[in-house]
Amino acid sequence: MASRALEGVSLALEPGELGVGLGPTGSGKTTLLRAAAGLLAPTSGTVTVDDRPAAGRGSPRGAVGLVFQRPEAQFFAPSVEEDCAFGPRNLGRSTEEARADVRAALRAVRLDPDEFGSREPWGLSGGEARRAALAGVLAMRPRYLLLDEPTAGLDAAGRAAVLAAVDVVRAGAGLLVVTHDSDLFLGRADTVLILRAGRVAFSGGVAALLEELPALAAAGAAEPPEVVRAQMLARERGAMLGGRLELDPDAAAAALARAAGGGAS
Amino acid sequence: MISFESVTYRYREGDPPALDDVTLRVEPGEIVAIVGANGSGKSTLALMCDGLLVPDEGRVMVDGLDSADAASTWEIRSRVGMVFQDPDDQIVGTVVEEDCAFGPENLGVPSAEIRQRVDDALGSVGLTGLERREPHLLSEGQKQRLAVAGALAMRPRYLVFDEPTAMLDPECRRSVMGIVERLGHEQGHGVLLVSHDAADVARVDRVIGLRQGRLIYGGAPGDLLADADLLASLGLALPPAGRLAAALRRLGCAVPVTALDAESVVAALWP
Repeated sequence: MASRALEGVSLALEPGELGVGLGPTGSGKTTLLRAAAGLLAPTSGTVTVDDRPAAGRGSPRGAVGLVFQRPEAQFFAPSVEEDCAFGPRNLGRSTEEARADVRAALRAVRLDPDEFGSREPWGLSGGEARRAALAGVLAMRPRYLLLDEPTAGLDAAGRAAVLAAVDVVRAGAGLLVVTHDSDLFLGRADTVLILRAGRVAFSGGVAALLEELPALAAAGAAEPPEVVRAQMLARERGAMLGGRLELDPDAAAAALARAAGGGAS
Repeated sequence: MISFESVTYRYREGDPPALDDVTLRVEPGEIVAIVGANGSGKSTLALMCDGLLVPDEGRVMVDGLDSADAASTWEIRSRVGMVFQDPDDQIVGTVVEEDCAFGPENLGVPSAEIRQRVDDALGSVGLTGLERREPHLLSEGQKQRLAVAGALAMRPRYLVFDEPTAMLDPECRRSVMGIVERLGHEQGHGVLLVSHDAADVARVDRVIGLRQGRLIYGGAPGDLLADADLLASLGLALPPAGRLAAALRRLGCAVPVTALDAESVVAALWP
């Protein structure tokens, strides 16, 4: 009677791309990441990384980095720098090379290596700890980086730092972020995957998503971002909004103000 | 009433204080949000409310009982219920009703009364019918509601929520926040809600803002939400609908600063 955590899911991610996975808790987002990281093998279908199997013999070691939810729960070394160096050292890099990787990774998450490198990981605040844990995976320089709810529980500065790290990583690697924080990540996504009970409810670019969102929302298959939802509610109230829904608050405000006859134009 | 009187606390001697001369009070029936950036002292403050941490200087009083007085520890813990960020850290039972009964059993409550308390607690968080379910089969939102029920079964006068919605999806967030509001405004609990979500802040009676352990704001949500610099210094960002509302105000539309969700923004434009 085993139920299927994922069913018939197809997805491709290239280096340099940002994929965003959305869907309610329990929709299969974390399972998707675990399959992509090779931590579990699909019952049917295949997962490949650069044309090699993601799991088992022949899988490309160190190519995929996975940052779990609340990764700060997994610190084990007495200092941030040692904790972050574990991954690159394990991949066979020299102490000096690993150290350089760690310092670059800490800078990418906006933690000054000179200030934070020697700190005890358990003494960090919640936001700093999340970023240090992320740096530990970045230090391995994975070609693909998978992030599970990277901003959950972070304050504004922490979210901004995670976003900045995403931009740094994206310059050379492919990223797949699964998140409830659609407002933060959707605007910069190359491709969006919405899961509902393990199945794909939507797969495509942001422009296509914005076109399909009203129908998806009406069918209960997607939760629109708040800014988009405001425009949908305005339409329900008879507002004459142009054909396109806007993700950006300023663009949405301009359209709403025009429709409301406010002081826009 | 829970009152903090000039409370200072350091985790280790020589460290900067995690809380620095903080004075505040929470009355039954009132929902007070504690906001501040990560590391500002919010969770430390939460842990002080039921005596899990005791001040180095100053004192924390719960209905006149001093948290530093060891003889009052259990009485204080039965009056102050705690709910933390991750429900998996708080669930101990093998089925829902057993988990919920853990607190009152520990207090030595007679078993007939425990049954009643568990039924009431599960009812007030909408988990009636799931009494025999194994907790790990619950959704994340249901788990968090079970954690709330476990606290309620202690029949506390006060509830302290430490970022109860941080790990939840938007739908679960709304349901947990609805429960928080009902517990405070309808059932008369004094509620302390630690949050860094500005959308939560709009729905409370009063906000206390911490920065590096010091209290830098105490007042109405509206005044805080209207002050962008103050929000930023407390590590709060307007939620997306709030940014939309701010953009509309810049365009001359009359949208109130407390409009932080899509419904209230649209209602302001099309009343």
